[in-house]
Amino acid sequence: MNETGYGIFAARMLPKDEPFVQGHRACQGCIPALMLRQITKAIGRDLIVCSATGCMEIISSPYPFNAWGVPWIHVAFENAAAVASGVEEGIEVLRRKGRFYTGRKPAVLALGGDGGTMDIGLQALSGALERGTDFVYVCYDNEAYMNTGIQRSSGTPMGASTSTSPAGRVSTGQVTWKKNLAEIGVAHNIPYVATACPSYPFDLMAKVKKAVEVKGPALLHVFAPCPTGWRCDANSGIKLGRLAVESGLFPLFEVVDGQHKISLDPATMRKSSQDPIGEIAGYLFQQGRFRHLKGRDELIQAIQERVRLEWQKLKAKTER
Amino acid sequence: MKNRIEVGKPVGIEVSIAQSEVVAQCDVDVIAAYPITPQTHIVEHLAEIVADGDLDAAFIPVESEHSAMSACVGSSAVGARTFTATCSQGLALMHEILYIASGLRLPIVMSCVNRALSAPINIWGDQSDIMAERDTGWVQIFTENGQEVVDQTICAFRIAEDRRVMLPVIVNLDGFSMSHVIEPIRFYDTKQVRGFVGVYQPPLRLDPAQPMMFGPVGIPEIYTEAKKANDVALIESRQVIEEVWAAFAREFGNAYRALETYRTDDAEYLLLTVGGMSETASVAIDALREQGVKVGQVKLRLWRPFPHDDLAALLGKARGVFVFDRCLSTAGPGGPVASEVKTSLYNLRERPLVVGFIGGLGGRDVTVQQFADMVHKGIGYVAAGAAPVYEMVGVRE
Repeated sequence: MNETGYGIFAARMLPKDEPFVQGHRACQGCIPALMLRQITKAIGRDLIVCSATGCMEIISSPYPFNAWGVPWIHVAFENAAAVASGVEEGIEVLRRKGRFYTGRKPAVLALGGDGGTMDIGLQALSGALERGTDFVYVCYDNEAYMNTGIQRSSGTPMGASTSTSPAGRVSTGQVTWKKNLAEIGVAHNIPYVATACPSYPFDLMAKVKKAVEVKGPALLHVFAPCPTGWRCDANSGIKLGRLAVESGLFPLFEVVDGQHKISLDPATMRKSSQDPIGEIAGYLFQQGRFRHLKGRDELIQAIQERVRLEWQKLKAKTER
Repeated sequence: MKNRIEVGKPVGIEVSIAQSEVVAQCDVDVIAAYPITPQTHIVEHLAEIVADGDLDAAFIPVESEHSAMSACVGSSAVGARTFTATCSQGLALMHEILYIASGLRLPIVMSCVNRALSAPINIWGDQSDIMAERDTGWVQIFTENGQEVVDQTICAFRIAEDRRVMLPVIVNLDGFSMSHVIEPIRFYDTKQVRGFVGVYQPPLRLDPAQPMMFGPVGIPEIYTEAKKANDVALIESRQVIEEVWAAFAREFGNAYRALETYRTDDAEYLLLTVGGMSETASVAIDALREQGVKVGQVKLRLWRPFPHDDLAALLGKARGVFVFDRCLSTAGPGGPVASEVKTSLYNLRERPLVVGFIGGLGGRDVTVQQFADMVHKGIGYVAAGAAPVYEMVGVRE
């Protein structure tokens, strides 16, 4: 792995072990499933996963099949963080009493989609972060309720057409801005918050490792393209992740003990001298969910301005 | 393992405090709880016991009852002995997770301090909360005084964690009229209690050394079988419950049965009650007996698994059975207890007339006289050979 983590990706540089195995039922080109491979490779098998209801739960656990080589529990939709609290505190007390888990303490990972995290699971997440549960919460954000058929969530971006925010004769799709999950995490004063994207595997894996090592709660907001829900080619997920990051639409950064640090400055990634921040057209129009925005220049401009504003706000935080 | 409280003879203590003391005696590992009146004294006192270092447990102060039960599922799934307490709106908020706790076969023990459901908001006692959770797959036990609360809480851990059961257990007590009342309660030696409940040895748990999956998707080809397995487990828990109660009687002296009876010999009429008001009803039975009315009382302790056969055997020969419910099944087939009692009796060749009374809602007191009136009214219905589907008592109109 090179120093920055954004260099050439070579699969042979990854751990060979596959705690999340093939044979699961994810759609072709599913980036959240790829993320699970990267996360479990980074953490290894000393791990307990608490999964919210959602795509990654459904595709990995149709009884009697099981894609997980690590212990895994699914309880309900909105409570992965609360379940993880019980798992983590239970392990801690059993270790103290010398009953179980007396060796190395396993990592506890809670997993939820954007709906399971930013909408229905936000309260349980906030509670677990506030209580200081020693766990890693990963939100795999594919920007809608994909498991139930592409309904909008508070993670759905402005202008996206979903089955409950459809573009129509008088509608341009989603009319609200995406919820800023990472900053919600930061507001809890937890030791580690980061954004990541499986298009940058080494960066994601390094952040997962840091998140596990930190004592206390860690929150990872992972941008995870969904070709099925975004209505794009199955082989375009990695590329879309890169375009989102490089246009500033989904900046990669970490917040360690409240200190913001940008992981990747798009300006350093492009050869052209033009400011890449806000260059979103290439990203948008590879996806059917934004197809109706063609010719809606005002809305595209508003999105661009928002991207630039958010980038500036983020930059300002790193300079404090 | 010194005793925090005097053991061996009755001491005056608030029932909530008594229950927390006995939960601590049972050496729970994890308590996840959210405050709701009138459950608060139980979890406050447990928090104090943990804060004083008298119980080595994790007290997880969660942000909702939904998260309380979710955290309980998590801690039970790693093999920790787990306790929580709630009621009313809190229990309703947990509803979704109650099915999952039993479906995952996790032996969580919960105290339910029975309270009314909104609206209108009401913090006082009735049994609407627990009746909405009848079908959640938990063992459900009712108590009628503080001693029973203590005894049944001890039994609950042993029942839940028995390998033949592995199901969660709810111990019900009345909000305020039991939870906040100081009663004489006899405690037992902590060492003896711990010996009775044993150390929880989970048959399965979330363990990286032996990875397994809790809570997979149950497709149509498997869901019915999974539910059947749950049903069989809950039905078969009855035998273990009886065994645990018998063992408890041998060890600590107090004997319990699924149905408790009071002056039922030669009784032509039976008044069936559930929970703390049973004691008031017993006083009415005494008064009626003095008047020469051949009435006895049946108190339903075990709500799930439902003791159908016992009820049929005990009630079938009576002329009239008068069931008192503290829950309204709005515009339904009667109070939940009455309609289930009717179900148990329906297929008998000869069966008593079952009359359902509903009262004591939202903390409304029910007097000795009102219980006596119910019996008289019930006898009148038997004489007439017909009764309304149900009627509410003590309504100001």
